[in-house]
Amino acid sequence: MPERIRLSIDGRDVEVEPGTLVIEAARRVGVKIPSFCYYEGLSLAGACRMCLVEVEKMPKLQTACTLVATPGMVVRTETPQVSEARRAMVEFLLTNHPLDCPVCDKGGECELQDMAFRYGAAESRYVEAKYHVPEQRWSPVVYYDRPRCILCYRCVRVCAEGMGVGALGVINRGGRSEIAPNRGDHLECDECGACIDICPVGALTSGMYRYHTRPWEMNHVGTVCAFCSNGCKTTLGVYHNRIIRGNNRDRSGLNDEFLCIKGRYAADFPHHAERLSTPLIRRDGELRAASWAEALALVETRLREARARGAPIGIIGSNHTTNEENYYLQKLARRGLMTPHLDHQRTGDVAALMAALQGRQGTLATVGDLYTARAVLAAGADLAQQHPLLSWQIRANWRHHQARVYVVSEGPVREDRYAARSVRVAPGDELEGVLSLGEELRREPELVIVFGDSIQGEAVGRLVAFGDSLGIPVKYVCLVDYANSRGASDMGLLPDLGPGYQPVETPGMALQEMLECADLAALWVVGANPLAGRSGRPAGFLLVQDLFLTETARMADVVLPAASAYEKDGTVTNVCGEVQRVRRAVTVAGTKTDLEIFGLLARRLGLDAGPASWEAVLREIAGCVPGYDLPVEALMAGAPLQVRAPAGAAASRRGVIRSARDTLFTSGTLGRYASILGQVREAPGALYRG
Amino acid sequence: MLHPEPHPAEVLLLTRRFRLPDSASIETYLGTQGYEGFRKALTMAPEEIIEEVKKSNLRGRGGAGFPTGLKWSFVPRSSPKPKYIVANADEGEPGTCKDRLLMQYDPHSLLEGMLIAARAVGACAGYIYVRGEYRYLIDILEQAIEEARRHGFLGRNILGSGMDFDIYTHSGAGSYECGEETALLESLEGKRGTPRLRPPFPATSGAFGCPTVLNNVETFCAVPPILLHGGLAFAELGTPKNGGTRLFAISGHVNRPGVYELPMGFNLLRMIHDVAGGVRGGRKLKAVIPGGSSCPVLRAEECDLAMDFDCVARAGSMLGSGGVIVMDETTCMVRAATRILRFYAHESCGFCTPCREGTHWLAQILARLHRGEGRREDIDLIGDIARKMLGRTFCPLGDAAAMPAMSFVEKFREEFEAHLEGKPCPYEEVAVHA
Amino acid sequence: MRFSDETEARLERLMAGCPPGNKRSALVPMLLFIQDEVGAVTPEVVQEVCSRLEVSPLEVEEVVSYYSMLRRQPAGRYHLQICTNISCMLVGGAELFEHACRKLGIGHRGVTEDGLFSLEEVECIGACCWAPALIVNYDYHHNVTPEAFDRLIEQLRRHDSSSGER
Repeated sequence: MPERIRLSIDGRDVEVEPGTLVIEAARRVGVKIPSFCYYEGLSLAGACRMCLVEVEKMPKLQTACTLVATPGMVVRTETPQVSEARRAMVEFLLTNHPLDCPVCDKGGECELQDMAFRYGAAESRYVEAKYHVPEQRWSPVVYYDRPRCILCYRCVRVCAEGMGVGALGVINRGGRSEIAPNRGDHLECDECGACIDICPVGALTSGMYRYHTRPWEMNHVGTVCAFCSNGCKTTLGVYHNRIIRGNNRDRSGLNDEFLCIKGRYAADFPHHAERLSTPLIRRDGELRAASWAEALALVETRLREARARGAPIGIIGSNHTTNEENYYLQKLARRGLMTPHLDHQRTGDVAALMAALQGRQGTLATVGDLYTARAVLAAGADLAQQHPLLSWQIRANWRHHQARVYVVSEGPVREDRYAARSVRVAPGDELEGVLSLGEELRREPELVIVFGDSIQGEAVGRLVAFGDSLGIPVKYVCLVDYANSRGASDMGLLPDLGPGYQPVETPGMALQEMLECADLAALWVVGANPLAGRSGRPAGFLLVQDLFLTETARMADVVLPAASAYEKDGTVTNVCGEVQRVRRAVTVAGTKTDLEIFGLLARRLGLDAGPASWEAVLREIAGCVPGYDLPVEALMAGAPLQVRAPAGAAASRRGVIRSARDTLFTSGTLGRYASILGQVREAPGALYRG
Repeated sequence: MLHPEPHPAEVLLLTRRFRLPDSASIETYLGTQGYEGFRKALTMAPEEIIEEVKKSNLRGRGGAGFPTGLKWSFVPRSSPKPKYIVANADEGEPGTCKDRLLMQYDPHSLLEGMLIAARAVGACAGYIYVRGEYRYLIDILEQAIEEARRHGFLGRNILGSGMDFDIYTHSGAGSYECGEETALLESLEGKRGTPRLRPPFPATSGAFGCPTVLNNVETFCAVPPILLHGGLAFAELGTPKNGGTRLFAISGHVNRPGVYELPMGFNLLRMIHDVAGGVRGGRKLKAVIPGGSSCPVLRAEECDLAMDFDCVARAGSMLGSGGVIVMDETTCMVRAATRILRFYAHESCGFCTPCREGTHWLAQILARLHRGEGRREDIDLIGDIARKMLGRTFCPLGDAAAMPAMSFVEKFREEFEAHLEGKPCPYEEVAVHA
Repeated sequence: MRFSDETEARLERLMAGCPPGNKRSALVPMLLFIQDEVGAVTPEVVQEVCSRLEVSPLEVEEVVSYYSMLRRQPAGRYHLQICTNISCMLVGGAELFEHACRKLGIGHRGVTEDGLFSLEEVECIGACCWAPALIVNYDYHHNVTPEAFDRLIEQLRRHDSSSGER
């Protein structure tokens, strides 16, 4: 056990591990030493000189961000000399800084403004000509204003180290230095916006947010990103009931400050012009606007008919609806409508994993585990494209802890650059690739295995058996695609498994079978687009509740306008089984949440599925869904809590499991309605290009 | 470039071969005890070699004056990583043109010095980082390296000792900052010449992340005589803690500008009036920069000074690179300061805030002042900006800019005041017709 | 791209000095040596260097824009670099530069119309004791008075026209 180091900061004693920087030690005793270039998690720069402190026995002021604590060190972080030095640094930065505050996006959340307020130097002594170059548009997402740039290099480092992309560099020299994009005059990158959010000033601004509003004029709502399954927390900035931006600059949630282009800039889909805002009923072959009463009445009629005839009613649930909605729907289906025909577009074989784990604890990895595990294996996925938070975590783990990374994939991936071993396989041979690494993996102290849809069915059992054979602790992540794909499976939107993967007595039809079933009396599609790319419509009455007039909705008899994930409360479960609260940020007139719709229909049909309130349903879930016995109050407060592997879990023997193979710039149907995803040069993106 | 005869006051140690015909050839070198120091080193234990260098009180000749033996002793010989020897031939400090002569007239002495260092720390390869403008010297060095290889002084199993060592030249491409140790290493590795965080120091993590001995050309050239004649003999040529001789480049308003090898501690006034032939045109001495433009300027009355690291430091300036710049009474101090700050603004790598913004700001104020558009408050502003840079920048370039700015204003304030209120530069006419 | 035998030989010697796995360390000299032959660091040169050293265009750009001897536009056949830093300034370096501008009819970083001469006001070139000084391409000229400068220009002109090849 290495001996801890005792030092004194502003008269306060603090004990730290060897190797701790003074700036970090200070934070432990609540002393926040200002810095621009120092940023936790990134390599040291020592460029801005804001963090200068006095250290006894050292003649010059020292940068706290590069100084390692030594025993008996006496540090003073706020003395007249220090204040004068910091003031001088602010003054130096302001010499060429334009007086843009009135029009700069960053006003109000600008670290340079904060420093100027704290240390003075707002009145300039600089009377020379300022060096001015025009602003540059590097992409639809990223704009760079050189005069505002304080050359802290956070953007360069977060892109190279955090993201592993390295699309930003520094060109020229001296006072002419500036940040440059990798293609000379534009960027080719992930367009994630990490550079923009990390910029302490308004040098980097986003195309989506610029000139819209002021930070203090917005309502900020913390919720979970509506796109992929990683479950990034995003704080949505809402202005006059419109989502203007998303960021995670407060570094809360399980994603620290990571977000991708979807989490930051794709939150405008709720306000798309084509957003459904009234129910639609097919009359004379055309879908026409109707009232809720009319539409619900028609649905009621048709469903009653179907039930009376005893004809099959199929229900296709969503990858995007909340856990409460999913649970309520399957309850309504199985115990209300008495139909076993329940499924959703499955993108990963979670059931098979749960069946193989049989309730063993400590076998499911969290997003945090990907950052701390000594070894991580990614099989059958292009994480940087499909699961960027997971990619970020693994990369940070490698950077900070020298974790060993193993890759098994059909083509080059970003992880190759720092993998201990990269195995290329033909698509479908991923499990063989994994097995071939047995010798090396055995030597690791522990392992997290992240696997994609190519390992499904009985291959999952073989994978877990392989994990067991290594003789080391192994945790798993079964990759699924969307924001609540995991929740859809966990809540039993499956033909042969109920909530918690408990086998049902009478299995029903899987998704494809429902579509092919000639006797189908009614098909109820919730937040899904199974008919995309198909020509014929299913038999029977087709009810669709969704956000947009998708290919499936276009064929429907009744379309009900539903609320999006950003317009409701509830919980969703990420790919690692971490449950998080989603919060309503905006409301779109005319829509109802899926849960409300279920409740209304249940009431009309005289079915009792319980109160259609998310709190009530969540309590029921916590009370009876295997694996979901979590403290409800904590969940409601927003804490991410991981579910347990349920005992008694079975695999599904029906239906198709297939990842949609989205990239950074696509996300099923939803992604088509986020304007930025189509605008960027890199879209639609590609997998396995490295 | 050489005066036909050395000055009688010179002590010809490093420059002893300069006037020999074909001085750069290995034949001449071998005929004058060349590589004998290295042969001796081969019979010594590495610690003994370092001890000898320590005894010599040799201090870095690039500018910083750090004790060389001590520097070599920081290299962890037992490290499994390869070790490197790097010679700093970037010679960019204004007023400095001595390494040029060493490489031109006695390149083998540099190679031998590097060989001895390699033996002392167990290095496998050496690089001579030569500023881009010195292309012709790269050609000379490469020829010397080829000769050394052919004679078995470089390559594998040198002289049957089992030691493998080779030397490569490496060109710069125009950057003063690349004369700074860690910026040089960055440039050597194919990157921008921005300095690195220290610690770790190059001795433990230098070229390619490996333990490295990095010294100025002249420093290496002093090593063979140290091995040959012993460290004490070298030390005794100088003053306490300032061993040996050094090459002084005397430039500016003197009758005989040139590079002279003089013992450490030689008197500055004597250097100017005797060795360099006195102030040109019989004019009055006005100011002297003793060690390259980064050093605080000295007024004429401050120049009765022993030129070693410690004495000059006590006098409030630095021995630096030994570039003695002499200014007579016709010199406008404001113009001098302006030109010097313009240099630092041009050369600042831009990495850290105070140097990037400060050098630029200082250059602008001084230019405006010299043009006659200065305000009274500008004079104190210069000193204030410089003081706010001093000791706070990432690398010493910030200090190198701040010190001349401060010292010129401090010591010649009346000249700065004379430029105020749109008055024309009182020296303009004179300077043009000098 | 392939360069002259002489340049390729220089590049080969350069690569031989790179420790294994450190090709990038050849970047700065490689750019300069290629520029010596091609005249400037063109986009084509950047691409060539990227492929030889396995570095990205951004990394090359970062480097090219930092070093003052590397240029994007070709200089004249004779690139005159005149120092005006302190030691040269004290003995007429600035006046020499002004004289050069007048004589050639171009300014700092200018190129004469016939492409023969280009001019650059540079920082200390290490010729302080033999000032005023200038470099023509890579050749040093010391103690250059305005008259000596004029003679040099004539000499270079004559040499250029007599050498015939263009």
